[in-house]
Amino acid sequence: MDALHVDIALPLRPFRLELALAAGRETVALVGPSGAGKTSVLRTIAGLARPERGRIALDGRVLFDATSGIDLPPEERGVGYVFQDYALFPHMTVEQNVAYSGGKRASETLERLGIDALAKAHPGELSGGERQRVGLARALARNPDVLLLDEPMSALDAHTRAAVRAELAHTLDDLDLPVLLVTHDFADAAVLAGRVGVLVDGRLLQMGTAGELVAAPSNAFVASFTGANVLAGVARRGRGGLTEVTLDDGSILYSVDEGEGPASVAVYPWEISIAREAPEDSSLNHVRRPITSLVRIGNRARIQVGPLVGEVTTASVERLGLHEGDTVVASFKAAATHLVARES
Amino acid sequence: MIRRRLFTATLVAATALALTFLVLPLLAIFLRVAPGELVSQLGNDVVLDAIVVTAKATLISQALILLVGTPTAYLIASRSFRGRALAITLIELPLVLPPAVAGIALLATFGRLGLLGGTFEALGVTVSFTQAAVVLAVTYVASPFYLRQAIASFEALDGSLLDASRTLGAGPARTFFRIALPLASSGLAAGAALSFARGIGEFGATIMFAGSLQGVTQTLSLAVYAQFDLNLDLALALGGLLVLLSAAILLAAKLLPAWTRSTSTLLSPFARFGSS
Repeated sequence: MDALHVDIALPLRPFRLELALAAGRETVALVGPSGAGKTSVLRTIAGLARPERGRIALDGRVLFDATSGIDLPPEERGVGYVFQDYALFPHMTVEQNVAYSGGKRASETLERLGIDALAKAHPGELSGGERQRVGLARALARNPDVLLLDEPMSALDAHTRAAVRAELAHTLDDLDLPVLLVTHDFADAAVLAGRVGVLVDGRLLQMGTAGELVAAPSNAFVASFTGANVLAGVARRGRGGLTEVTLDDGSILYSVDEGEGPASVAVYPWEISIAREAPEDSSLNHVRRPITSLVRIGNRARIQVGPLVGEVTTASVERLGLHEGDTVVASFKAAATHLVARES
Repeated sequence: MIRRRLFTATLVAATALALTFLVLPLLAIFLRVAPGELVSQLGNDVVLDAIVVTAKATLISQALILLVGTPTAYLIASRSFRGRALAITLIELPLVLPPAVAGIALLATFGRLGLLGGTFEALGVTVSFTQAAVVLAVTYVASPFYLRQAIASFEALDGSLLDASRTLGAGPARTFFRIALPLASSGLAAGAALSFARGIGEFGATIMFAGSLQGVTQTLSLAVYAQFDLNLDLALALGGLLVLLSAAILLAAKLLPAWTRSTSTLLSPFARFGSS
């Protein structure tokens, strides 16, 4: 049964936030570029911002209803909120921060999150990851009915990110609560949340598991946000039941998806293979261009070839002796592409 | 090269002149009368009466300023409402108003023939030329110094801390006392020191509205002026006392933010020396 029901409209500049969302005892992420209205969603649920119309209910309790005039103040909503940058009270110790809500004993919560050793420390003395856990402990100490997290990863150093993210994912999995988190990073959302919604200009473009979004992005924005190359063109029916897409630069790509008229071709970096010459395989799409950038990250290399970014192993980079400036062929199958609506 | 030196020399000369001009008169007070004489003059009844009147009036007016000014500043700083800019401007107006105008304005309000004079008379209360008048004059002139600083201190608070307090179950009042007030405290203390100093030095409004009656309305500042014609040494002794008092307040105002900073900013002193 769904625990959290949200159906709200709120005018924001320069757009209008309109969102309907239901969540059970699961972690749902809203992802989108900054300024998409993500934080406003959390603030309306917490009672810190007032929607123009709509209804918010939690476990059958109505928190807000524009029609009947119900608008509970934040302190009566039973919402746990982890703020961006955590908003820990700087004049209180960790223990005092967690005990602030007067909920169950602070020491228990600190122990549960493995930060009991920090009880007497002030927030200024903590690392980013520790602050995150204190923020989480404080929000959970009052036994909230929903947990809201605003960009929980954004205040962290790059070198602690991965470890903190894994730990947070573990903590959230153990909670028997609806959790709504917002982030501008699709990778964070994919790790932390079971379902991911893409929010742009106040509208939910698509909602699904991270895998579903990648397998079938509903439009060009979702495709590029989830990491795909997106190439704009015009589609028409071609030979052999394939769709032929003439790109703006005149070159032609093939897709198994059906479509006609203005459309974009989306293809993920890991679907692209790089070679000196066009391979003799089933790949129908070939882009021959010089390498404009080649970046190694661990045992993977990201290679920019014309408009495409491909991801290959560093082993194959060495085998082919690739360097920036070399002309190569980036190939991918018609079946590896997604035909999506063009961004307006 | 010569031009550059000339420029530096000009700056140094201007600074020396400014400092001498500002400090010399203060020194003159202490050089004119021997320290022993200065101290013995302070035993005079005029001085003792003036100290009592000043202490009473300043403490009462400071209490009023803090009690009424703090919630006022919090409201103005934390809400947006129609007329907010006007309210701030009105609060700042007494800052630039000549004190004599403040005095006559208070007379026109609370005096026997003033706006509220009839009301007070019906209640059997006389305000002008009483200790209550001293308190009102000091409060009127000094409170804007506190209000301005307090508004700025509350405005500088991180709004997400106040939001966090609300989501943690604290109502607006608890949020004010547990979060806003402690975090703004060093700024509020600086504002209080400023208004305290202004209150001690109040002269113009008080002499117009409260008069200069020894033991009733004659504050230290008024006593300096009253003794100027009668006993110059006494006037100088009073002056010396006020110089020391003002210096102490200034010092306190400068030191206060430093020792409350450890609790009011994100970085505690431990963190500064410890982790990084």
